[in-house]
Amino acid sequence: MFVNQFLILAAVLFCIGVYGVIARKNAVLVLMSIELILNSVNINLLAFSMRNGSFDGHTFALYIIAIAAAEVGVGLAMVLLMYRNRRSIDLDELSEMKG
Amino acid sequence: MFAAATEAATEVVLKSGWFLENAWVIPIIPALSFFLIIFFGKRMPKKGSEFGVASMIGALVFAGGAAYQWIQRVNGAPEGAFVSPVVKTWTWWQNSGVSFGIGQHVDGLTVAILLVVAFISTLVQIYSLEYLRGDRRYTHFFASLTLFSAGMLNMVVAENMIQLILGWEIMGLCSFLLIGHWWEEGANSRAALKAFFTTRTGDIGLLTGTAILFFSANEWTTKTLGVSGFSIRGLSSWALSGDPGSAAITMGAIALFIAAIGKSGQFPLHTWLPDAMAGPTPVSSLLHSSTMVVAGVFLVARVYPVFFKGMDILSGSANFIIVIGAITIVIAALLAFVQTDIKKVLAYSTVSQLGYMMMGLGAGAWLPAVFHIFTHAFFKACLFLGAGSISHSSSHHSFEMKKDMGGLRKFMPITFGTWIISTLALCGVFPFSGFFSKDEIIDNVGNNGYNVFMYVGLAGAFLTAAYMTRATYLTFFGEPRGASAGEHHEEESHDSHAAHDDHADHGHDTHDSHDAHASHGPHESGWLITVPLIILATLALSSGFLNALPFGEKFENFKKWVEPSAEVVNPTGIAYVVGGIGEARIAAEEGHSKSPCGTETPEQGVCAAPSLNHAPFKWSKAGLSMLIVFAGFLLSLFVCIQLYAKKNKKFVGLTERNKVLGFGYKLLVNKYYLDVLYEKIIVRSIAHPIAAAVYWFNQKVLDGVVNGAGTTAKGVAGWVYRNIDQRVVDGAVNGTGSVAQGAGSALRPVQSGKVNQYGALLFGAAAIGALVLVIVNT
Repeated sequence: MFVNQFLILAAVLFCIGVYGVIARKNAVLVLMSIELILNSVNINLLAFSMRNGSFDGHTFALYIIAIAAAEVGVGLAMVLLMYRNRRSIDLDELSEMKG
Repeated sequence: MFAAATEAATEVVLKSGWFLENAWVIPIIPALSFFLIIFFGKRMPKKGSEFGVASMIGALVFAGGAAYQWIQRVNGAPEGAFVSPVVKTWTWWQNSGVSFGIGQHVDGLTVAILLVVAFISTLVQIYSLEYLRGDRRYTHFFASLTLFSAGMLNMVVAENMIQLILGWEIMGLCSFLLIGHWWEEGANSRAALKAFFTTRTGDIGLLTGTAILFFSANEWTTKTLGVSGFSIRGLSSWALSGDPGSAAITMGAIALFIAAIGKSGQFPLHTWLPDAMAGPTPVSSLLHSSTMVVAGVFLVARVYPVFFKGMDILSGSANFIIVIGAITIVIAALLAFVQTDIKKVLAYSTVSQLGYMMMGLGAGAWLPAVFHIFTHAFFKACLFLGAGSISHSSSHHSFEMKKDMGGLRKFMPITFGTWIISTLALCGVFPFSGFFSKDEIIDNVGNNGYNVFMYVGLAGAFLTAAYMTRATYLTFFGEPRGASAGEHHEEESHDSHAAHDDHADHGHDTHDSHDAHASHGPHESGWLITVPLIILATLALSSGFLNALPFGEKFENFKKWVEPSAEVVNPTGIAYVVGGIGEARIAAEEGHSKSPCGTETPEQGVCAAPSLNHAPFKWSKAGLSMLIVFAGFLLSLFVCIQLYAKKNKKFVGLTERNKVLGFGYKLLVNKYYLDVLYEKIIVRSIAHPIAAAVYWFNQKVLDGVVNGAGTTAKGVAGWVYRNIDQRVVDGAVNGTGSVAQGAGSALRPVQSGKVNQYGALLFGAAAIGALVLVIVNT
């Protein structure tokens, strides 16, 4: 197995995700980017799990998928509320927390 | 040392049983119930009383089982043999070599008193269901009663002196709580305090005595019996072993007896008991007549060998116990004549009867004294409950015989009947139970050579008959007076006296019931009150036949079951030392035993009880005491009729005309001025100078020290304020503040409020963290 190919794929996904989180202004897209980051981690876990012949990584991956689903649920709910309140989901406008 | 004896001994396996082996459970039942009542009582449909009654019935069943199995055990043993008690010990706690045990010591005395306590407690709790109905502190009343029973039962099964003290003190506490049950009235709470402090005065003796005996006996008991010097069995055997020095055991016995004086209302500490009648009547019936006040007598009977040796009982000369007992009989009986409160008459009667028990113990009449505890509990509890029944249903919660009673026999036939039976039992009329116990005490006192005290006992019997006739006449005969005649009392007429159970503000919904009484007049009480009365009266009539001497040996069951045999046994107390059994039996038939126990040191083995004499029964002696009792009845009846019914001029006001009688009357009304002596003279002369001295010390010395310390502290404080507080501490605090402020303004731009920026910071930090990790790991 070529573990490094999996790792490269994961790294690429991770970078795309980080880019999305930092650069995007749309809250939904930020959430999607976070999904990308999580999935890149999943790929890493599976890759190492296959290499070591152990099922620990698979288990972790399953957990992460479940948690990611929950997290997206919560995130989308927040976005929805945000939209209702101010008719926009632009993150740049959400700067009331400025110190 | 004991090898030879053990070889020759006849091995007999004594029977035992579950109830006997587990008698320690009996006090645990009411103890648990106490906590249930305290925590859940108020939420229960019957306000916690169901826990109390149920636990008492449980304890009664267990005690009954233990008594039955004890009788089996005695019947299974050879005649005249020592039936060893069922002893169990667990370590309660231990420290530096001294360990306190807790457990059970079950023998005939234990099961007899267990049965009495559990039985009377059950009946009194049932009676209280009706008597205290609607009371403000109903739940707490039952909690205290149940805790009392737990304490008393614990004291009775106690394996050692420490456990006994534990139960003893629990009883003292419950006595205090229950006397002051209606503490809103000052007199009641004063009576509670008086009872508590007076018995505490005696309790000092209990601690001192236990300590003295422990330090004298511990070495011997540990070496010989392998038990601690606190254990009842150890102390009993030690006292008869010849080991104790006469000073140590005499001091120990006197100290313990002082505790018994306080608890059992003996002269001169009897003054608390009549005042204790301020408590509700069920309390007087249970604690202050039948069970708690016999604790002192029980203590003496429990470690009897210690008193036997320490006080030189049976030596022929008068000893401390017998003198105190005899004084108590007479002075209390005389005081009963001038009381107008029916409960106080009964209270002084209790004191007088306790005097009989003490006199019996002091004269070596162990068994009659213990039997008198047993019978007295039934008839005196019955008399008190009868008095409560009268006040509850007929006299508006008043106990004044002269003012509020009279002629009640027509209205309260059941109360009247049970009262008469119990009175006859108290006076010792054949064949009521008191005859078989009290006359036996008097008889044995004479038989053991204490003739003077026998006459004191007979005089006491005369006085008992006379004052009980007076009380009965005033209560049940003549014309109804005051509240019984339907008059409504002014409240303040009660307030002068301590012993009224209940007034308008006592938490009963009394106004309704008062009116009900007023309209219906006196009437019989409900079945919750009469059933206990009938049961107790039946026992007052019949319990004497447990040890009915006139009918021959077949009827001497109490003696067989309860009295420990004065036999030399080996240290385990189970196997018999040879030669003891047959000899003891022959000797017992002759009337005086040849057992060495009590008179000389046993050569092998140990003794558990001193050998005592038993007076043979003679109808002539019984007839004489019967004559005296009837003379008391008739004389008193004659005087009562002349004085109260016919208002004979010769008798009315006699105490004002005759100087000698007047002086006597004044002395009695003032209770021999003992209260004045205690409160005005002793307390004032000791407590007041101490208080004044302490006040002076407080003002001059302590305050001087405190003021000096204050001035110094002020100077130091000023310096500290100027130098340390202002400069160092404040400087540090201010410095911290400025630093935090600076840091805050420097970091403020980071908090831009932009999510993306936060994300970037997060990832940047993570990247730096990863970099560090890589560098560190390579």
